[in-house]
Amino acid sequence: MRRWGWLATPGLAWLAAFFLVAFYAIVAVGFGNVTDVYEPVPHWNPLDWNVGYMLQALDDLLPGGRSWGVFLRTLLYVGLALALSLAIGYPVAYYVSRHARGRTKVVLLVLLVAPFWISYLMRMFAWTNLLDSQGYAAQALNALSIDSLFRAVGLLDGDDWLGGQPIAVILGLVYGYVPYLILPLYAALDRIDQRLIEAARDLGASPAGAFRRVVLPLSKAGTLGGIVLIALPMFGDYYTPDLMSGSPRTAMIGNTINNAVQGGPDKALGAALTLLLSLFLLVFMLYYLRVLRREEGT
Amino acid sequence: MTKLAPAPPMAPPTPPARRRLRRPSGLALVTWVYIAWSLVPVLLAIRFAFNEGRSRTSGQGFSLRWFWTDPTLSVRNDPTLWSALEHSLVLAGLAMLIATPLGTALAIGLQRWRGRGSGVTNILTLLPLVTPELVFAVGLFLLFTSLFGFIGLGTTAQVIGHVTFSISWVVLIVRGRLVMIGRDVEEAAADLGAPPWHVMRRVLLPLLAPAIAAATLSVFALSIDDFVVAQYMASGADTTTVPMRIYASARAAPTPALNALVTIMLALTLLALVLAWLAYKRLSRGQEAGLTTFAAGGTK
Repeated sequence: MRRWGWLATPGLAWLAAFFLVAFYAIVAVGFGNVTDVYEPVPHWNPLDWNVGYMLQALDDLLPGGRSWGVFLRTLLYVGLALALSLAIGYPVAYYVSRHARGRTKVVLLVLLVAPFWISYLMRMFAWTNLLDSQGYAAQALNALSIDSLFRAVGLLDGDDWLGGQPIAVILGLVYGYVPYLILPLYAALDRIDQRLIEAARDLGASPAGAFRRVVLPLSKAGTLGGIVLIALPMFGDYYTPDLMSGSPRTAMIGNTINNAVQGGPDKALGAALTLLLSLFLLVFMLYYLRVLRREEGT
Repeated sequence: MTKLAPAPPMAPPTPPARRRLRRPSGLALVTWVYIAWSLVPVLLAIRFAFNEGRSRTSGQGFSLRWFWTDPTLSVRNDPTLWSALEHSLVLAGLAMLIATPLGTALAIGLQRWRGRGSGVTNILTLLPLVTPELVFAVGLFLLFTSLFGFIGLGTTAQVIGHVTFSISWVVLIVRGRLVMIGRDVEEAAADLGAPPWHVMRRVLLPLLAPAIAAATLSVFALSIDDFVVAQYMASGADTTTVPMRIYASARAAPTPALNALVTIMLALTLLALVLAWLAYKRLSRGQEAGLTTFAAGGTK
């Protein structure tokens, strides 16, 4: 059976060529230079590395730099979006895993999985229909005075829900990513043995107490895994602010990188920023890698 | 986004006899309200695709004009929309053709690899899954505009990008099934005198076929719905995909033709799901196969 090991070679060669080398290209450009016409010149040899752009990027991201505000804003948006997603996702996952039964449970699971099959952009697009000034959602929210609530907190400014509003971006992130949180949460909660909860009840715990002292701790690992799973793409997101807001006022770090790399003369800086972002996310990525490998082992 | 495709492995459900009798209706309400909030916007977007007027914000009659009857603005007759549709399908088709065999071979090879480096290669295979899509797209973009400039940007680059992140998903799905199958059947066949190639072709691959079907479907869905990689690898108007077209037009006062395009894509995805489900059922005759196994990506 050992002889089939070579089957892995084409796939590995592909991944090496188009994933590893691609990542090294970011390193080479980030540590590279730029021609007179602003085309990046990658420095493939580590001995040739030019730290200029990396230092510039670092300078931008530190407090007081050009991109410090954007970075802070990204942390704020992602933090709020994660909190909201958890607040919405956990009860739903809990209900479906521990209280739904039989046919209802299957229907619920199918409906929970459905958003996976719909493109993220299509789902955001659906909201641009609804938050348009004549859209159903905008009218409903205004009628319920929810707009005044958001205005009071500073997340909404003026009348146009789609015009540079932080709340639209945050809610867009939540809407986009919460389905991807619910399924890992469901898996984690479903795994908990009912007998443990029954034992707690038998020993005198109230339903809330049993939840607090049995379910919550046991679901912590899975919850953390789910949070990391959606935090990673949120940090690189640039299309949600572009679609839901379109204004530089709500730009996230993904927008900064996107503008630098695709926009024009700042590709080396963009590469350097990407490297720094990857470094920042490395902790999350390694944690998630561990979760994946652990799940494969079970 | 980091590639987030269909469900992770799910544990088997607890038997009903052990459940609590109390039914919290509050949680049930929250759940159903969530489901409505999650799906109604898309259903409304589909509804507006059938509008007779130009409104994308409210229902206006019923007509198929935005699909094909309108002479200049419908999906069928507007070249930007139609070519986006065609291009998305071409990319998905090519990605399926390339990623599925590569990924399946990789999964089998990794399973059998006992020598040095198997841990590292395992990690390499999982890395695309944990890497944020923007980082990957930037890397490919910079690569294809420098060292791999002979490939350059365009359809080939887009296919390469899609295949690269799809391979990891194929490996994840196929490997789960491989672990479930175990070695016994293969070893039995070998003991009975079958040469290795026969064991592969007539024992292992048929047993893996359901997972391969599920993996192929995943590649299709990932490719169809991808935005970031396709955009970074694009080289002009004729390499635009449907998500790119949505991104470009959504804020520019589009007609319901864009809604119609979305509806068509959803219908195609549904069709792919149904076909894959049928293939899966047929290929897993005699094996353990149900809706939950399929939804969990052919693993359990």
